[in-house]
Amino acid sequence: MSEGRRSLTVEEIHSYADGRLDAARRAEVEALLSEDPDAAARAEAYRRQNEALHAQFDGVLEEPVPAHFDPRLRSARRRTLVQRAAVLAWLVIGPAAGWLAHGLIDRSPAPEFALLPRAAAVAHAVYTPEVIHPVEVAAEQERHLVQWLSKRLDAPLRVPDLNAFAYALVGGRLLPADDGPAAQFMYQTAQGVRLTLYVRAREAGDGDTAFRYAREGGVSVLYWIDGRLGYALSGEVERTELLTMAEAVYRQLGLSG
Amino acid sequence: MKFEELEAHIPRLRRYALALMRDRVEADDLVQDTLERALRKASLWRRDSDLRAWLFTIMHNVHVNRLRRELRNVTVPELDGEIENLSVDADQDAALEARDLTAALARLPVGLRSVVLLVGLEQLSYQEAASVLGVPVGTVMSRLSRGRERLRALMSGEPVPHLRRVK
Repeated sequence: MSEGRRSLTVEEIHSYADGRLDAARRAEVEALLSEDPDAAARAEAYRRQNEALHAQFDGVLEEPVPAHFDPRLRSARRRTLVQRAAVLAWLVIGPAAGWLAHGLIDRSPAPEFALLPRAAAVAHAVYTPEVIHPVEVAAEQERHLVQWLSKRLDAPLRVPDLNAFAYALVGGRLLPADDGPAAQFMYQTAQGVRLTLYVRAREAGDGDTAFRYAREGGVSVLYWIDGRLGYALSGEVERTELLTMAEAVYRQLGLSG
Repeated sequence: MKFEELEAHIPRLRRYALALMRDRVEADDLVQDTLERALRKASLWRRDSDLRAWLFTIMHNVHVNRLRRELRNVTVPELDGEIENLSVDADQDAALEARDLTAALARLPVGLRSVVLLVGLEQLSYQEAASVLGVPVGTVMSRLSRGRERLRALMSGEPVPHLRRVK
């Protein structure tokens, strides 16, 4: 740095990166930055961080505000909380009590969903190895994907967010089930490990169930019925890991309703 | 105050909460609690002040209260961002994984994370951030510097000595 020039303050570096300086001070700071590569690198890194934050999180601004935020609908929320509590209780008690408790949960799915775990596992096994066409509609067109599949299943679908588990949405596809359409959403980790969520609808919604676990081939499936929809989360992962994610899926879908 | 008045601010509250919590459900839970509290405490809001800043303040308080409950056995300075997240487990994969912004954010102590997000994402002025967090503006500046430097190190894959576990 040349003599006579003062050095930059930390606040100036941040203010510059945050675009908070007026034109005159901006020019002054820029001149100082041009002679101070360390400070310039910091300012640039901070500016990029801001950009990355917006790129990552601005999407939520476009989403419709969930109706359940309105406290006037609080009774609806309570119902959701009770459902959630039931699932959580199962999650806590289930693994602890082991096989016995598992057997007690319930073994007789509604007839419409008897084939759910099998169909989900087969769809998982067929499409997850696919390199070129794993999905029909990619995650970039998530809105379109949801609208399309909701229309075909004649039920309001929602794509759960599994980013917290490092699974990003790949996209989804329409599938034939035993007597109607089904939807499959695919997720994958940065390492390419894939997970699928299979969804089927039925005519009337009665008889919600707790989570059930099945193994089909090498695929673990956790499935449950919520209203008109039957869900199955499939993956080549440990049961406990799948449970954690299924619980997150369940909570997200429950909150959307 | 009516719910309708708050509604316009919800998207940004959700954005901040999501960045803060990472988990969508937890984030929306935080927003919901914030809105409920805002409606209950509506009489405390001065009409001429910035509603958005007030809502962020409430959200911060709700969040801190939750953390206090979760960290009952930990001393309060934890919340001031001086101590690392308890959940941080700096293993060998840490540097690699943390290149992802979300993961890097999660590795910031919550006190630093809030400042980085309020300023960098929510574009609050340093003064506004100080008022939301209830700390002097000098504290905001120092947390901002530490937070951003740490994010920078995490995202460039450099080892971050602060995150090493004490054996």
